[in-house]
Amino acid sequence: MAAKSISKRTEQKKIRILVAKPGLDGHDRGALVLCRAFRDAGMEVIYSGLLPTPEQVVQMAIDEDVDVVALSLLNGAHMTAFPRVAELLKEKGAGDIIIVGGGIIPPEDRKKLEKFGITGNFGPGTSLKEIIEHIESRVRKERR
Amino acid sequence: MLSYVIVEYLITYQETETQLSMAVIVKSERLEFLLETQRNYWRVKLSQIEARNKARAVDQKAMQRLKENYRKWEEQILEPWLKSSQELDKDFQTPSNIKVERVYTPLDIGNFDPVRDAGLPGSFPYTRGVYPTMYRGKPWTMRMFSGFGTPEDTNKRLKYLINHGETGISIAFDMPTLYGYDADSERAEGEVGKCGCNISSLKDMEILLNAIPLGDVSSSMTINAPAAILTAMYAAVGERQGVPLKKLRGTVQADMLKEYIAQKEWVYPPEAHMRIIRDMMLFCTKEMPQWNYVSVSGYHIREAGADAVQELAFTLADGFAYIDLGIEAGLKVEEFAPRISFFFNCCMNFFEEIAKFRAARRIWATVLKEKYGVTNPRALLLRFHTQTSGASLTWQQPINNVVRTAIEALAAVLGGTQSLHTNSYDEAWALPTEEAVTIALRTQQIIAEETGVTDTIDPLGGSYYLEWLTNEMEERAFRYFDKIESIGGVLAAVKAGYLQREIAETAYRTQKRAEEGRDVVVGVNKHVVEEEPPISTLKIDLKVQRRQVKRLKEVRKQRDKAKVAKALQELKNAYKNPDANSMYQILKAVKAYATLGEIVNIGREVFGEWTEPSLL
Repeated sequence: MAAKSISKRTEQKKIRILVAKPGLDGHDRGALVLCRAFRDAGMEVIYSGLLPTPEQVVQMAIDEDVDVVALSLLNGAHMTAFPRVAELLKEKGAGDIIIVGGGIIPPEDRKKLEKFGITGNFGPGTSLKEIIEHIESRVRKERR
Repeated sequence: MLSYVIVEYLITYQETETQLSMAVIVKSERLEFLLETQRNYWRVKLSQIEARNKARAVDQKAMQRLKENYRKWEEQILEPWLKSSQELDKDFQTPSNIKVERVYTPLDIGNFDPVRDAGLPGSFPYTRGVYPTMYRGKPWTMRMFSGFGTPEDTNKRLKYLINHGETGISIAFDMPTLYGYDADSERAEGEVGKCGCNISSLKDMEILLNAIPLGDVSSSMTINAPAAILTAMYAAVGERQGVPLKKLRGTVQADMLKEYIAQKEWVYPPEAHMRIIRDMMLFCTKEMPQWNYVSVSGYHIREAGADAVQELAFTLADGFAYIDLGIEAGLKVEEFAPRISFFFNCCMNFFEEIAKFRAARRIWATVLKEKYGVTNPRALLLRFHTQTSGASLTWQQPINNVVRTAIEALAAVLGGTQSLHTNSYDEAWALPTEEAVTIALRTQQIIAEETGVTDTIDPLGGSYYLEWLTNEMEERAFRYFDKIESIGGVLAAVKAGYLQREIAETAYRTQKRAEEGRDVVVGVNKHVVEEEPPISTLKIDLKVQRRQVKRLKEVRKQRDKAKVAKALQELKNAYKNPDANSMYQILKAVKAYATLGEIVNIGREVFGEWTEPSLL
């Protein structure tokens, strides 16, 4: 099943994605698993490494000309760090870069994050498939 | 499909090249001698284990009878049964990829020697427990890890737990504290009080420990990079309460090796942090003899994705590295080993976890005795705290987590833990509410007082499966020790990214297994329900940050500025001199109300900051 969807994707331009943890958070298990999974799904993956500031994440996204920024935080600071990344991208004229999020994000925060254009906001236990499909569908819409 | 795939396009952004100052420690002749004489220790040990596995049982006649019986059972009972009814189509294996057989018999442990391999409680090799009476003498310490918001919030929660029968306190700190930033730092924005209690100066510590009698309780502080600073703050509050340093009891985690391997809350490069731990070891040996200055932690290694074998092996490898560090510092192993304690995870595979604890005790005692020549029995004991697995908690159907935690807690008790933290069912969502934390504590009390599992020691000892599994895990751990040594030791393995990659690999494999439904997680990939009723969770709002910043400003205004500057300059000088013990200057700076961030920054200036090698 996975092989089939990968071959279909290779017909299009590869998705470039930055996986980033914009804060004081060393919980990188999920981010590292996602890097591998995105790569397996045919994406070009860039990993921020640990402890970048939102400013540094935005600079990386612009320098690397990515389609998507995938933000991960499990330290409860997502309501500060995620919107900051969204605002800075807009300020720098890169508002077209898609932002998705994940971590320990309560349902009530999800709606608030969506107002900043940050979608997904996946919690623990989400399947890789669901995350990948979400990203692919957003990229498809954006490229249309 | 599960093969290792390298992310071919991957960049890890590095800040400026960290300059490693001269303030690192040089390997002493003492340690060189030990390393030289014991160079082949792991290899020798592995060949002994292989010989043990091949050895024939003592009573050949009895074995023959068993074999005959087993053969007959297969032919006459099992095979006909399998013809009409197949076994489940699943992988019978532990999460560490250890294949599990249908049934275990004495044939699987034919070479098992009850004296050599198990011993008795409180006697070498301590497989069955570190004390002769275990829970018949004293139940484990029920120690609930807690901390959130302001020091006032956490103080209230600690007192609540003590009033509900908790027997030791355990403090969680927030991310800015763990990474050494003050509440008003730009880097702390939005993170103050979220994952634990915020401590920016001694003032906060005074409030946190207010009216908690430090002469009576033992405290555990989960802090690593700034461990020496928090220990100094604890000592300063103790002094103010009139408790002499020699009477203060507790544990500070201070296990930096596992930070580089798994938890990743570091500030400086590894050598610098190891040097500060060395200073704390020397200071505590002299001034705070009841303070456990390193809690060697497998918990975070496991949570980062390692399996039980990796947790066991990497944690003990770290433990041996701290023993080497103490030897380098000129301490006698016999004297400082009792101050090193351990902290393990306990996950859902019941028997594998129990076998892990038993193997850990046996390996530690054996290696300390054989490799390091320790004879004092007190220095051979692997004493440990356990926390049930946070990663095993599910966001979905959260009440199920009460059951998971109870099963994990039971395994920890059957594994002979000295203290235990049980997670609350709502922790996949947020920090626990008071109601959830009470259920978690009650879980321990029910195990201790209703089940009878504490009435006899190591009740599963002698189980064919468990003894076989204990042997198996021990052997796999020794293979890792040998591998780590061939890379050049734990520090070299961290710098090469080897240990981190091993863990990431397992994490990925685990995730794939769950996605393919080969590992079941109830409520996540099986028995899933559509509607998830929301549970109420603890919220930390931004008021916490404002309050902490306000207090910090007051502290900065009221303190003696010249005294602070002098203390910080002295600390800088101490850091620059590899032979100095910086702990005395840290204590002085803390008492002068230098802030956490100011003290940590002195190290940033001297040692630089750490950037992880690229992992994928």
